[in-house]
Amino acid sequence: MDRLVRYSLPVLGVVLLILAWHFYVVAFNVPPAVLPKPGLVLDSMIANWRAIVQEGRVTLLESLYGFLLAFALGIPLAVAISSSRTLNLMFYPLLIATQSVPKVALAPLILVWLGTGLESKLAIAWLVAFFPIVVDTATGLRNTPAEYLDLATSVRANAFQTFWKIRFPAALPFVISGSKVAITLAVIGAVIGEFIGSNDGLGNLLLVANSQINIPLAFACLFGLALIGIGLYAAVVLVEIALKPWFGEIAH
Amino acid sequence: MSLASEGAAPAGARPFGVFDNVGKIFPGPSRGADPVVALDGVSYHLKSGELVSLLGPSGCGKTTLLRIVAGMTRASSGRVEFRGREVLAPQEDFGFVFQAPNLLPWRTVLGNVLFPMEIAGRNDAAARKRALELLDLVGLGGFAKSRPHQLSGGMKQRVALCRALVPSPSLLLMDEPFGALDELTRMEMQDLLLNIRRVSRTTVAFVTHSISEAIYLADEVLVFSRRPGRVIDRIRTGLPYPRVPELRYTPAFAALERRAGAGLGVVHG
Repeated sequence: MDRLVRYSLPVLGVVLLILAWHFYVVAFNVPPAVLPKPGLVLDSMIANWRAIVQEGRVTLLESLYGFLLAFALGIPLAVAISSSRTLNLMFYPLLIATQSVPKVALAPLILVWLGTGLESKLAIAWLVAFFPIVVDTATGLRNTPAEYLDLATSVRANAFQTFWKIRFPAALPFVISGSKVAITLAVIGAVIGEFIGSNDGLGNLLLVANSQINIPLAFACLFGLALIGIGLYAAVVLVEIALKPWFGEIAH
Repeated sequence: MSLASEGAAPAGARPFGVFDNVGKIFPGPSRGADPVVALDGVSYHLKSGELVSLLGPSGCGKTTLLRIVAGMTRASSGRVEFRGREVLAPQEDFGFVFQAPNLLPWRTVLGNVLFPMEIAGRNDAAARKRALELLDLVGLGGFAKSRPHQLSGGMKQRVALCRALVPSPSLLLMDEPFGALDELTRMEMQDLLLNIRRVSRTTVAFVTHSISEAIYLADEVLVFSRRPGRVIDRIRTGLPYPRVPELRYTPAFAALERRAGAGLGVVHG
């Protein structure tokens, strides 16, 4: 029963919102060029599903590859700055500072450098996903519970063993929470890249629909993007659930 | 006579461990504050097979002494020797049991027990067999594949005990290991420890702030004063092993408790 309520209430929330949207459009007679009825959006989705799936696939891959690139480069950097005091002092403040720079502002430059193809989208997605992964992983690596380190000392573990058998596994929950932030940012990064200059992707399709005042299609693209974001986030959550018995009671 | 049967070295033999005038001074808690004398010249000769309790109030330096003996903290003065060699780092044949179980949550129970062997590069079939035997001995035979979060506090501390024992240490150092457990579990664990000691003949240094625990377990109790930590009384319990719970209610036990209590200043004389 409790389970039923927990899963059905969010669905009910979405249904209520769509109903409110529908009745708002009907009651105030809003023209479809401003805000189409939900039914119209659904029609457009069905009519254009082939294009949406095709362009969605492009955006999905740009986001995913951008994220994976951020992960592949971010983890080693986090390991480096958290194991070397020199590197840490040199780069950690810089990393924190860069966190607050609107990296989107770099997008036009990146387009100039890398062109309008896949490379520029990857670069922008990578750029926005990179920092949360590095910063969270480094935080996790620097905050190993002191008792675990005590244990390592008592059994005479060397620095390498302490890292691989204690510090790194203890930091995994932080890696996951950084990845959750990073993967949603990667989707935003990919779409921004497409907005600024691209011939494909859902962001591009959305711009085209907008310029033709095909608002139902624009909304259909938005839903497609939402699905991609939610799907990628859910994938990270699945990894987290798979690791749960692994971590047990580690809180973070 | 009962002590001899427990493997204690005969009088006059070269001591197994020597604490010679061990002192520890910590820097003050803030800039300009006076340094804190945690431990002030503690000396003791530890015999092989002996179980010695370090008893004292919180903050009396008994844990600091244990960590110095374990080689995990450097002494500010004096020295600690085992078998004639100075201890400056954790030794291969020392086992340490912490106040908290300190199990690694991403490892199974067996994986936790085998952790020291893995670090020492001796994680072979024999180690595995010994780990499983130890788990059996502490009553956790069926839990080898469980995760720490599935166990109760007492069970976790048993796993931690197995982990310290798996390399067959000649010295077992225990830092208030049963302090967080409820009274009944605690008494069970004390009997378990004595049982393990009887089988393994390992020497044990046991830190506690419980008077009855210190006496129930030990051949000898070192009673510590409040900071700066000094040994103010040494009580040879002389109680026979194996010890049984009934012992706690005998006049001899009560007299020892009273003497320790007097040393700690909780009763007068």
